[in-house]
Amino acid sequence: MTALAPRAHELGIVGCHTCGSACSADLPRCPRCGSPLHRRKPDSLARTWAFLIAALILYIPSNVLPVMYTSMLGRGEASTILHGVVEFWKSGSWDIALLIFIASVAVPSTKFLVLGTLLVTVQRRSTWARQQRARLYRFVELIGYWSMLDVVVVALVSALVQFHLLGTAEPRLGIVFFGLVVVLTMCAAMSFDPRLIWDDADGSE
Amino acid sequence: MTLYPALVVCEHCDSVYRKHDLDHDEVARCGRCRAVLYRASRLDIDHLLALTLTAAIVFVIANVSPVIRITVGGMHNEANLLQAISALSQGSALIVGLVAAATLFLVPLLQIVLLGWVLLFARAGRRAPGFGFAMRVLHHIRPWSMTEVFLLGVLVAIVKLSGMLNVIAGPGTYATVVLTVLVTVIAKRDVRILWGRLSGDTDVEWGT
Repeated sequence: MTALAPRAHELGIVGCHTCGSACSADLPRCPRCGSPLHRRKPDSLARTWAFLIAALILYIPSNVLPVMYTSMLGRGEASTILHGVVEFWKSGSWDIALLIFIASVAVPSTKFLVLGTLLVTVQRRSTWARQQRARLYRFVELIGYWSMLDVVVVALVSALVQFHLLGTAEPRLGIVFFGLVVVLTMCAAMSFDPRLIWDDADGSE
Repeated sequence: MTLYPALVVCEHCDSVYRKHDLDHDEVARCGRCRAVLYRASRLDIDHLLALTLTAAIVFVIANVSPVIRITVGGMHNEANLLQAISALSQGSALIVGLVAAATLFLVPLLQIVLLGWVLLFARAGRRAPGFGFAMRVLHHIRPWSMTEVFLLGVLVAIVKLSGMLNVIAGPGTYATVVLTVLVTVIAKRDVRILWGRLSGDTDVEWGT
């Protein structure tokens, strides 16, 4: 292993988030693109916790409440997300069932667990598995928005199935909560500053 | 000296490196956290502009033409992206309708328009009017572009409905496939290299 590269604060440098240029740490704004410069994202931990907890609270109604109401030939039915997964599974489309399960259940749960773990370990200034935690963060950033899948499906089905007496479909409150969960978890991931993983207890500040 | 153009700072762990020229298809990774620092720049502005203009045309087709058409008992119905968004925006679901409108329609549209604007002037080696603003907006909206999620949603909806109805994928679906590829190629790419490439590095625009 070669020696690790120096870190920006040791050299009096701040990297601009927006345009990526390396700037002097004493500047308030990036000379190239004019964006505000900060050594770490402001209030990263508090903001991430706030978004994450809000998302976790809304995750309950998003799973309990129905996301869609469909009526076929007079037989009405309100279905939740998990109900939809089970329906697909029973009808033999196990692949679609798995896809929706991953996008709607596995991805949000993974985000809660990973971001929670990252927050706790950063707050304890842990030096444990830093490279793996850094990788986990990038993974969460990458998968986050796929949860929007269910919102798209409900939108399309509600737009299409409009046959009055024969059959209708309309969105229900659960999908609102679910959409907000996706937005909030994305905000949580964005407010977390992965550089905190590498900050030492004896390091600056 | 306030800017260090020869240096690159890892966004994920704050390590500082001296930039090297990369060969074709090479990727510079951070030695500390293994995040990607930068990729070999094959940014050919003409190619990128051509793809952006194509994306603009395909975007119109994808949004105007129906993505799915269903028939049942002699009746039929079809929907495009905008109709799906408005169906979602009924009553209490309005908030999530707005989220869908932003991520599936507005953000991809902005990406295409702003990128096209910036590249049009970049061809002449100039910074477009409002270059800084356009580049900042492009950077901030990038995570919220969800065309590929819409495509997957269309496919799931087709399977879901085909159990009980006659479902046909419309021209909008095919246009969305093309659009997904194009948006991925043009908009997920890091165009920040344009900051350094185009003259006007010393024009400090802030504070106006």
